[in-house]
Amino acid sequence: MRYLPLTPADRTEMLAVIGAPHVDALFADVPEAARLDGPIHGLPNHATELAVERHMTALARRNTVAGEVPFFLGAGAYRHHVPATVDHLIQRGEFLTAYTPYQPEIAQGTLQMLFEFQTQVARLLGTDVANASMYDGSTACWEAIGMARRITRRGKAILSGGLHPHYVSVAKTMARYTGDQLETALPNLSADTDLDQLIAAIDDDTSCVVVQYPDILGRIADLRPLADAAHAKKALLIAVVTEPVAMGALVTPGEMDADIVVGEGQSLGVGLQFGGPYVGLFGCKEKYVRQMPGRLCGETVDADGRRGFVLTLSTREQHIRREKATSNICTNSGLCALAFSIHMTLLGEAGLRRLAGLNHAGACHAADRLAQVPGVRLVTPSFFNEFTLDLGQEARPIVRALADRGILAGVSLGRLYPGEDGLANGLVVAVTETTTAEDVEALATALQEVLA
Amino acid sequence: MTINQSGWKPEMTASDAGTAPATFTGNRALMLEEPLIFEIGSTKTTGVDFAAGDVAHDRLGDLTRKNPIGLPGLAEPEAVRHYTRLSRQNYAIDLGLFPLGSCTMKHNPRLNEKMARLPGFADVHPLQPVDTVQGALEVIHQLAHWLVTLTGMTSVAMSPKAGAHGELCGILAIKAALEKRGEGHRRVILVPESAHGTNPATAAFAGFAVEDIPATADGRVDTAALIARLGPDVAGVMITNPNTCGLFERDLRTISDAVHDAGGYVYCDGANFNAIVGRVRPGDLGVDAMHINLHKTFSTPHGGGGPGSGPVVFSDALTPFAPLPFVERQGDHFVLVEEENAGDHHADSFGRMVAFHGQMGMFTRALTYILSHGADGLKQVAEDAVLNANYVLRSLEDVLDAPFAGAGPCMHESLFSDSNFAEGFSTLDAAKGLIDEGFHPMTVYFPLVVHGAMLVEPTETESKAALDQFIGALRSVAERAKAGDPSLKTAPHHAPRARLDETRAARKPILVWKEPEAAE
Repeated sequence: MRYLPLTPADRTEMLAVIGAPHVDALFADVPEAARLDGPIHGLPNHATELAVERHMTALARRNTVAGEVPFFLGAGAYRHHVPATVDHLIQRGEFLTAYTPYQPEIAQGTLQMLFEFQTQVARLLGTDVANASMYDGSTACWEAIGMARRITRRGKAILSGGLHPHYVSVAKTMARYTGDQLETALPNLSADTDLDQLIAAIDDDTSCVVVQYPDILGRIADLRPLADAAHAKKALLIAVVTEPVAMGALVTPGEMDADIVVGEGQSLGVGLQFGGPYVGLFGCKEKYVRQMPGRLCGETVDADGRRGFVLTLSTREQHIRREKATSNICTNSGLCALAFSIHMTLLGEAGLRRLAGLNHAGACHAADRLAQVPGVRLVTPSFFNEFTLDLGQEARPIVRALADRGILAGVSLGRLYPGEDGLANGLVVAVTETTTAEDVEALATALQEVLA
Repeated sequence: MTINQSGWKPEMTASDAGTAPATFTGNRALMLEEPLIFEIGSTKTTGVDFAAGDVAHDRLGDLTRKNPIGLPGLAEPEAVRHYTRLSRQNYAIDLGLFPLGSCTMKHNPRLNEKMARLPGFADVHPLQPVDTVQGALEVIHQLAHWLVTLTGMTSVAMSPKAGAHGELCGILAIKAALEKRGEGHRRVILVPESAHGTNPATAAFAGFAVEDIPATADGRVDTAALIARLGPDVAGVMITNPNTCGLFERDLRTISDAVHDAGGYVYCDGANFNAIVGRVRPGDLGVDAMHINLHKTFSTPHGGGGPGSGPVVFSDALTPFAPLPFVERQGDHFVLVEEENAGDHHADSFGRMVAFHGQMGMFTRALTYILSHGADGLKQVAEDAVLNANYVLRSLEDVLDAPFAGAGPCMHESLFSDSNFAEGFSTLDAAKGLIDEGFHPMTVYFPLVVHGAMLVEPTETESKAALDQFIGALRSVAERAKAGDPSLKTAPHHAPRARLDETRAARKPILVWKEPEAAE
């Protein structure tokens, strides 16, 4: 087998050194009843590289590739162009096949990259500090709620109706077991966010308010009144960013005094990948850093006085603190963080702003064009690169009908909020720099036909 | 065939050992110092060309960004050089043996990478209509079938993002099962003291009280103590098998039966599944839930700390409580079971743990690896992994203290202690000495049950020649530690950095770069 270097002669020689008559003797501690006498039944034996490639390629062909059709899906995962350099660099074996940098003298590459990543993320989100990544945006969001509980010693979190429904589901799952109380709501198919209701709901038991920016329908709201209201009650404001490219065009949540800002970093460097692996972003105010979950990289010096980097503040973490840790997280999303960081470095501030501008301009054009389709109404007057349409009839079958015509039209609110009649007519449409004017025209034309 | 049969090795010349002159750049030939992007980049530089186009539309309300962000850019050649230079300061499996115990640093096949990048997997959105992602769902279904069959379990939850997330998945299923039975008052999870730190952290995160179970003198769970502690307040146990001392828990079946009789559940930490894959099925040992680190046993890359993937296999008893989503086959069609169609037969699911459907990019890699090995190859994986570890153990037990070596063979990792080192010398010194020898050190100071633990897991993808060189290097370092060689206290001498001041880093943390004038 091509991945196994030992030869039969090696094995014989090594067994002699060990003093074992046969490899089975090394498994002597396995109780007789649990020993298998041959390969497990019902599974095929080994295969050549060529055969495996054929098998996997056949499976891959059974999927509709986003890049091959007019494509408008977002809702927490966005299709952006990733420069070829990114994938080349993350496949360097020294990054790809390294472990968590627990031996810093021979892991400065990963550590310096993480220090750069943390700085990039903090600046992008407008926070003082950021960690070395979480699994994804949804788990980062839940961890932020847990962090707010530890800081405020209160157990009630108020979640905006504009928060991604999967993120809400994750929080609900966890809250059921940790005893946190969650107040949740559905979004309204309207231009208005629920900021006023959130402000009214904050009380002396509230640990945090969680709001997505831009929200699940694409709406953008000024978070400053919400931050002030939360702080007046000694609660925290947690902002969730699922489209980091938006930070190239918008005031950041940190600038609006959010205490913790988490996000999904997939847009930069990572690609769609059918939902994972992605990379969770996690930033906060400096005063809360010791309550942060996850790994942190910090600057220090070596014995010769040269600058170097190490994992630090690990007394928060499970391998030191065990059951008293701030989180059970261990492995994070290092390679995706690298991809994010390289893409951000290639863009730079000028490139990120230009990219954000192109996304916004494309979305404005698409929103105008699609709103001209008879029966279609633009629900969200202000947005970044994602907006919501009211189709005047149930959107989910329309999306399926358009898929049959080779157009991936967006995410229906029926898919995100099944059974909610008040939202069923909503379609969330995302437009990025990868969307062409022809794509928009194809969608508009097909939508008109299907709706008629 | 053995490469380098003649045993050639480079000779160190006198000038290598002596003091080399300082260089203008601080570089040392191929060892290149690299500044931070913030020190070499400019916010006006970009390494990406954009299409011409109008960006004048503005429907951002009054929230248009006004302040600078402070993100430097590099032109493409500068960026390639920056990250390539950084990469060369890392040790990696591609460079050599990476003997981190309990981490299973095996070769990462490049076919896996190629398959994961097929556009049909890499460029597919998780919320596309299910009719347009049948191949992706079939990948998940095929991998699930392999994992269930290899473990002898009933079902598998694919969505957990990493090992610790998988632990959480298993523990939440146990909690949901207890609540369904009206026994939510069972609040105690028993955890052996040799467990990974994630085990107690996970149990606590899910609201359980954690109680330690001691180890016996031969490095295994104290079965009698564990059984004696069982009772109406115990929700279950979390047990690692093979355990973190590299030993098979012979009594696991007995423990499982006792836990079940007492109304609890058995969680198995599957971090060390590589030792038994294809040879032993955890389902035959009475396990109710076990996570599988695809980034260990099934060769998906560690990537400098993730992403991982931690599917959890379940017994009959816990299957109804498995999290959403999952994939089911209905004739020729694959269905994604989510909140809306969980329906009657999945009504007890404890809910969703992540947005979307899990680590698809890791699933394609793991399935590629599994198909490559097949059932016969995976069995050989376990055998060679165990053979390599025992070879290391028996080749070094004369020079290093091996606390459990007398009791019999180890599994996939061999455990040593620093108890015979000279006064003032410890495991840390041996680890740093190994760095100078060109190896990543083994896992150190874990498990906690052994003084100055050194846990060596060579994996099955090492040749005998590579093992012999590693054994020679560790023997040399151990002898220096026993002799009290003072140069070991200041090792590493040849790495990109000398020992780093971790205390300073933690005392006044510098977690982000600041412009020099703003630094004070």
